Amino acid sequence: MKIQFSEEKLKEVKELISHYPEGKQKSALIPLLHVAQDEFGGWLDAPVMDYVAEILHILPIEVYEVATFYSMFNMKPVGKHLLEVCRTGPCMLNGSDEIIDYIKEKLGISEGETTADGLFTLKPAECLGACGYAPMMQFGKTYREHLTKEKIDKLIEEVRGLAKN
Amino acid sequence: MAVKLLLENDHIEGIRYYDTYRKHGGYRAAEKAFKMATADIVEEVKKSGLRGRGGAGFPTGMKWSFLAKPEGVPRHLVCNADESEPGTFKDRYLMEFHPHLFVEGLLISSFALGSNHTYIYIRGEYAWIVDILEQAIAEAKNNGWLGKNILGSGFDCEIYVHRGAGAYICGEETALIESLEGKRGNPRMKPPFPAIQGVWMRPTVVNNVETIASVVPIINMGGEEYAKIGVGKSTGTKLLSACGNINKPGVYEIDMTISVEEFIYSDEYCGGIPKGKRLKACIPGGSSVPIIPANLLLKTAKGQTRYMNYESLADGGFVYGSMMGSGGFIVLDEDQCVVRHTMSLARFYNHESCGQCSPCREGTGWMYKILKNLEYGKGKISDIDLLWDIQRKIEGNTICPLGDAAAWPVAAAIRHFRDEFEWHVLNPDESQKRNYGLAHYADPIHVPASA
Repeated sequence: MKIQFSEEKLKEVKELISHYPEGKQKSALIPLLHVAQDEFGGWLDAPVMDYVAEILHILPIEVYEVATFYSMFNMKPVGKHLLEVCRTGPCMLNGSDEIIDYIKEKLGISEGETTADGLFTLKPAECLGACGYAPMMQFGKTYREHLTKEKIDKLIEEVRGLAKN
Repeated sequence: MAVKLLLENDHIEGIRYYDTYRKHGGYRAAEKAFKMATADIVEEVKKSGLRGRGGAGFPTGMKWSFLAKPEGVPRHLVCNADESEPGTFKDRYLMEFHPHLFVEGLLISSFALGSNHTYIYIRGEYAWIVDILEQAIAEAKNNGWLGKNILGSGFDCEIYVHRGAGAYICGEETALIESLEGKRGNPRMKPPFPAIQGVWMRPTVVNNVETIASVVPIINMGGEEYAKIGVGKSTGTKLLSACGNINKPGVYEIDMTISVEEFIYSDEYCGGIPKGKRLKACIPGGSSVPIIPANLLLKTAKGQTRYMNYESLADGGFVYGSMMGSGGFIVLDEDQCVVRHTMSLARFYNHESCGQCSPCREGTGWMYKILKNLEYGKGKISDIDLLWDIQRKIEGNTICPLGDAAAWPVAAAIRHFRDEFEWHVLNPDESQKRNYGLAHYADPIHVPASA
């Protein structure tokens, strides 16, 4: 895969950089890493980070040290869909451990692993700011809340169904 | 009838959109503010007694008045929307359902502080809320509330949404500033304070979402009127996010005069504990503040009713009280295990430590490991003392308050529930099969199963 943003993405990147004062383009680093991760396979490979460094006129190490600090950036390949289940205090009080165990059993993977078909990665998360709607997980751009085993079944079926078509 | 200022229009369909918001009195405060001198706006906020709603409770007007104004140097308002304190989800609610109230607050505050470029630093996981905010900002701009020469005042203002990427530490204002500059979220040494040298070394004010939204009612009704709501130094209304073992988890606006008991058991708020179970303990202000047992939650050590406000929740200090914090109200029922819950929080702080200061970087890891041993029946009695010793050596010995935030929950859990920790050590097998329940309490606690 050639590491190059499309024209449309480049426009978005330019717009993001324009939010910050001249000479402070490094401020756009985290927003750009989000765009890059979405665009280039859901994780940040070294060539991807180098490309972002080039766009922002900063050193690659400045990108690596930031990318490895924030938990939303994936430093190794992940499945097509991340199941990021919160397990902190309030979610734990409402049964997040059982939800995580159920996903492990159902998909036959451990924490941090990806299913053989490349569809799912289980990534336990710390507090996602949805404590009143526990247990919950981040799924793509949105949250799935008040999780039950039935809701997990349904979600997994849906994704598998879409993958077949 | 409880006073509602921020969620007054919560029931109105479409309040998320500009036209509806405007029709229901939206941007009236902005109109009023733009006719005022900026110093007078700051004065109104001072008079209101508004305290920062992010958790520290620092007076907002005072924070604003510290902002340096050197000639020719731009200054910035940065809104802290990095809500990540476990138990807290109120800012999310405001941004998701009342984005224009938030934008109006940002506009007035930017005008008062002279910020032409204002930033919302939002936690990266709230990705869909970024779209909601950007839509509200675009609507405001199309209607002349943002951009150049707003209302013919000569004041220009743009608001940008900046997404973080998952780091609790970025809720600390100097870490947030570092992150906004495209760096790791390592907190800075203070001084210099952000008001003197903040983002890009320019004077900066960092305020929480709820704080900014509260500026709208303050301007509408005047600081003095706002200060009449509430009690003592807990003025105005406060959003609480209630969660854990309660019937009605959610976001509630209170005027800080109601009792803790009413908040938990009234149908207007938490609606009691599910299945008629009894109250065991509570963390009243987000995971960092001390957990307190049921008997000290409803009544202070002096036997007085405890109220939902800054002073009353802190009554008795850390030995007999807790803190209002961010308003993340976490309830634990009789079936919950304090050791396991503390372990979960210790894992959180260990995960979120930025690693800059060794007491926090190493100490949070040690605490998590020891708590894991205790929880899984592999602990020793001396581990409890060791845990106490470690938390004491973290507190106060780090650049930022994350160290304290990691130490306090552990300290409070041992202080109040040492018997439960000991029970885990002395009954390693049994503790894997059942919970300690309410054995901590000598008498059955006098808490009604339902109000």
